Amino acid sequence: MLQVNDIIHLAVTGLAQGCAYGLIALGFVLIYKATEVVNFAHGEFMMLGAFAVLAWSEFLGGSFWPAFVLGCLSIGVVGYLIDAQIMRRIIGQSSASIFIMTVAFGFIFRSLAGMIWGWKTLFLSTPFGGKIEIADGLSIGVDRVAIIVATVLLCGVLYLFFSRTRYGIAMQAASQNQLAAYYMGIPVKRLVSITWAIGAMIAAAAGALLAPITMVDTTIGFLGIKALAGAIVGGFGSIPGALLGCLLIGIVEPFADYFVPEIKGVSAYIVMLVVLFIRPQGLISQTFEKKV
Amino acid sequence: MSAPQTLSVRNLSIMFGGVHAVEDVSFDVNPGEVLAIIGPNGAGKSTIFNLISRLYEPSNGSIRYGDADLLALSPHQIVATGIARTFQNIELFEQTTVLQNLLIGRHRHMSANVFTNFAFLPGVRKSELEHRRKVEDIIDLLEIAQYRDERIADLSYGARKNVELARALCAEPSLLLLDEPASGLNTEETDDVGFWLEDIKHDLGVTLVMIEHDMNLVGQVADRVLAINEGKVLACGTPDEIRDNKAVQAAYLGVSQ
Repeated sequence: MLQVNDIIHLAVTGLAQGCAYGLIALGFVLIYKATEVVNFAHGEFMMLGAFAVLAWSEFLGGSFWPAFVLGCLSIGVVGYLIDAQIMRRIIGQSSASIFIMTVAFGFIFRSLAGMIWGWKTLFLSTPFGGKIEIADGLSIGVDRVAIIVATVLLCGVLYLFFSRTRYGIAMQAASQNQLAAYYMGIPVKRLVSITWAIGAMIAAAAGALLAPITMVDTTIGFLGIKALAGAIVGGFGSIPGALLGCLLIGIVEPFADYFVPEIKGVSAYIVMLVVLFIRPQGLISQTFEKKV
Repeated sequence: MSAPQTLSVRNLSIMFGGVHAVEDVSFDVNPGEVLAIIGPNGAGKSTIFNLISRLYEPSNGSIRYGDADLLALSPHQIVATGIARTFQNIELFEQTTVLQNLLIGRHRHMSANVFTNFAFLPGVRKSELEHRRKVEDIIDLLEIAQYRDERIADLSYGARKNVELARALCAEPSLLLLDEPASGLNTEETDDVGFWLEDIKHDLGVTLVMIEHDMNLVGQVADRVLAINEGKVLACGTPDEIRDNKAVQAAYLGVSQ
């Protein structure tokens, strides 16, 4: 029988996992809103992020925070260049081509990471070791708490960025009408590339924060598929929806694994199917019916 | 507001496949005047606007606004020269309110400092209030106060056209390109547009270039008319001269020459 302590423990574990999905889903949704491209390689940005932070950490002699910042920025540059050099050229092609292109990027990134850093599982040393003792017999890993805190902080920063800064508002405008945005003086192409960079940086941050839990290897990017499921649950195109959907999936997972171990790893998709059956537009819908 | 300049279009040409959509078109727009561009559907009027706004790359010719060589600029840099525009099919930010659309019209005048914006410092607050005041002036001018907080997607066609005109004015342009400001409007709304254009010309000192089919509106507002057919300039003159021009009549009505 589950004790209260176990329930809290599972819930916090799930919450942290949901936050990690949420960080990746943020990138999915930001890029989708800016360009209507679903970037199936987004999980690989997270994987590359973990490797980049690891590489910077080794280069700097083990200091985590500078490596974290530099690692995220490096992946931001990768995201920017992917859009500015490649994705921009295939805008307007069929969505099937774009879909295959982003899937191909996933393969390329995994292979590249394997060639550079090898195929073995690596360990990234973070300051998030240890546990916090909350009550007698109830302790929570600092790594989990770090993910939750980082998610709240990043969401706050992004909220301020999009609601207050000239760039953020310009990005919102461009996502609604690119043609009109140009003639307001908004450099749409550059902002789209910056959106890719922001999405990639958030995913990279998620990769580094998850490293104590998932370790670092070339396959951790597959987590991105669950983030995508979370974004769909929330109603693709809505940022609060994506976060909500990811939290839901994250929290359901550990409980499902505990009670129904037979479906381990599948519960996220079951949640997605159930939501799609009941509310096909997602929890928070962003599609408005068109007036005639 | 930047001082009005002369817009000079010289030998402008563009081909779409084998079609000369615009062929060797030259004209000037003098500061403070209202130039109407008329012509049958498919004559190349909107294409000229799209060339000036750098949406299309011309195959030949030059476009200058004062000292600025527009062909050296990107689309998003056009508004910085003082040129704003509206679109035939109304291009608004559909999921936001009228007020938000107009405030985005102020984009080129806004401070880009991410950190002061983030902190919403007193300086930023003050400039936001100033932008809001400018926007309210335009709201008063075009009488759209009743729609201020409505979402664009919920507005009627006529109201949207006004909002698009208002948003263009919020950029404080010295030259305004209007693509069919009266299309789809009823007689009463068209009369209103006529008065507003007079106001924009006289009170705000904005130079206007408008593509328009409604010859009454053209006669009421325009100082000069440029008639285009099949991508070429047919005639240029006062509204009366153009009305009496045989070539223009032939192009519009198919009268044998």
